[in-house]
Amino acid sequence: MINYVVSVEQLLVLRMGHEILHELTFAIAPGSITGVLGPSGCGKSTLLRSIVGVQVVQSGRITVLGLPAGSPALRRRIGYATQSPSVYPDLSVAENLRYFATVLGAPPDDPARVLEQVGLEPQRDQQVARLSGGQLSRVNLAVALLGQPELLILDEPTVGLDPVLREELWELFHRLSLTQGVTILISSHVMDEAERCQSLLLMRDGSILAHDTPAALRARTGAKDLEGAFLRLVKEMPVEERQA
Amino acid sequence: MSIQVTMATAQRLFEQLRHDPRTVAMMILLPALLVVVLRYVFNSKESFEHLAPALLAIFPFIVMFLITSVATLRERTTGTLERLMTMPIAKLDLIMGYALAFALFAVAQVTVVAVLALAWLGLSVTGSLALLFLVTVLDALLGMALGLLVSAFARTEFQAVQFMPLFAAPQVLVSGLFLPRNQMATVLTWFSDVMPLSYAVDALKLVTVSAVVTGELLRDVAIVAGSTVLALVLGAATLRRRTP
Ligand SMILES: Nc1ncnc2c1ncn2[C@@H]1O[C@H](COP(=O)(O)OP(=O)(O)OP(=O)(O)O)[C@@H](O)[C@H]1O
Ligand SMILES: [Mg+2]
Repeated sequence: MINYVVSVEQLLVLRMGHEILHELTFAIAPGSITGVLGPSGCGKSTLLRSIVGVQVVQSGRITVLGLPAGSPALRRRIGYATQSPSVYPDLSVAENLRYFATVLGAPPDDPARVLEQVGLEPQRDQQVARLSGGQLSRVNLAVALLGQPELLILDEPTVGLDPVLREELWELFHRLSLTQGVTILISSHVMDEAERCQSLLLMRDGSILAHDTPAALRARTGAKDLEGAFLRLVKEMPVEERQA
Repeated sequence: MSIQVTMATAQRLFEQLRHDPRTVAMMILLPALLVVVLRYVFNSKESFEHLAPALLAIFPFIVMFLITSVATLRERTTGTLERLMTMPIAKLDLIMGYALAFALFAVAQVTVVAVLALAWLGLSVTGSLALLFLVTVLDALLGMALGLLVSAFARTEFQAVQFMPLFAAPQVLVSGLFLPRNQMATVLTWFSDVMPLSYAVDALKLVTVSAVVTGELLRDVAIVAGSTVLALVLGAATLRRRTP
């Protein structure tokens, strides 16, 4: 039996009285990179928030690293990067990292390590408010990498990055998953990124359309590429067939 | 609770303010400036002596209230509070970090006002200067604690700023600044009896006119300190790990 890193059962989430996630059930294997994909507003961020434990959920069960989501013991073991960067704009990059590293109890050389990982060493002493959009999202990612978490939950971490940087970050994600066994859950809009994941979670309107490998999804839909497979699933698949 | 995280939070607030020297200058100099103006509005040493204890309580209270409510609201709206809440930081670490940083600013602020009032504006203090200082700093901290608490009920910075006339100004009006509190309409006397700022003003009046530490003075100081702690604890309760 596999010990799943994340297991979600019958997760139901309401926001402002609207049902946003409809009884989702799935599980994530250790050391895997799972892409969460789906149209804007389908509930990707809400799902990731629920797994991190910052979202009020109505019902269902979420187990993360063997503990209920939101458990205090998980706070050191999960790295979470929100979709809109949440760092202090009036501090420098280094000051931000130093503060969050202290809060996490990470070693003092951890800020330097994550700066190198996201390629932001030249901006070390620059104020965050004066960074470019892509640099800002990399600071946000760097904070999530502090303390070497076992599970990384990244909400659209590559938005606004050029292809070269995106490539570098994906190499980093693969390296973390291969050499350190880090499990990564990553939401994205970009289809060529989906190809780099081992497993894909395809969502529409708060439900899961498919949870499979990229190759299996292509085969199942008969589409040449993932974009085609994705469009076919999102547009054509009736609600009843989703759970198949 | 962790001393290290509390200190890191205070240091982080200092770093944030260091990048904003204009705010620091205003925070430290504005109360002094207003007290000087009022000294010459009354243009008589006697009237000023009568008014000065209340002024010493009121301006640091208002400035701290404003600065803290905006600072904490910003922490909520930029998502940094949510990020911290996913990390191993106790709510009290955050609150005490704020209290520590702003207490040091309150000391600077009060020093400038008090030195000015004593050395130039002709305020004479019969009681202990140390006690005067202590009560004034405590009162600035009361402003800070209330600002922290009410910022939880503001959704926007516009609202947060308007909370000053809503929560701070009525306390100032009934605190005995214009008239002895028992000469107001009965309802207002009752109201002033339950407002903590009234006791800060009372205490400062007592310190300036008498060298004896009376039971009344101790009671006033205890009420101000107790209200500050209560507001800080309630403020901590408004920090939520999970949001809808
Ligand atoms: N704070 C909130 N309060 C109430 N409803 C919200 C809130 N945030 C999002 N929603 C709603 O929840 C639904 C799912 O939002 P969510 O942010 O999870 O989508 P998403 O898939 O991440 O979209 P995107 O790709 O645009 O980031 C949307 O219909 C949105 O309007
Ligand atoms: Mg989103």
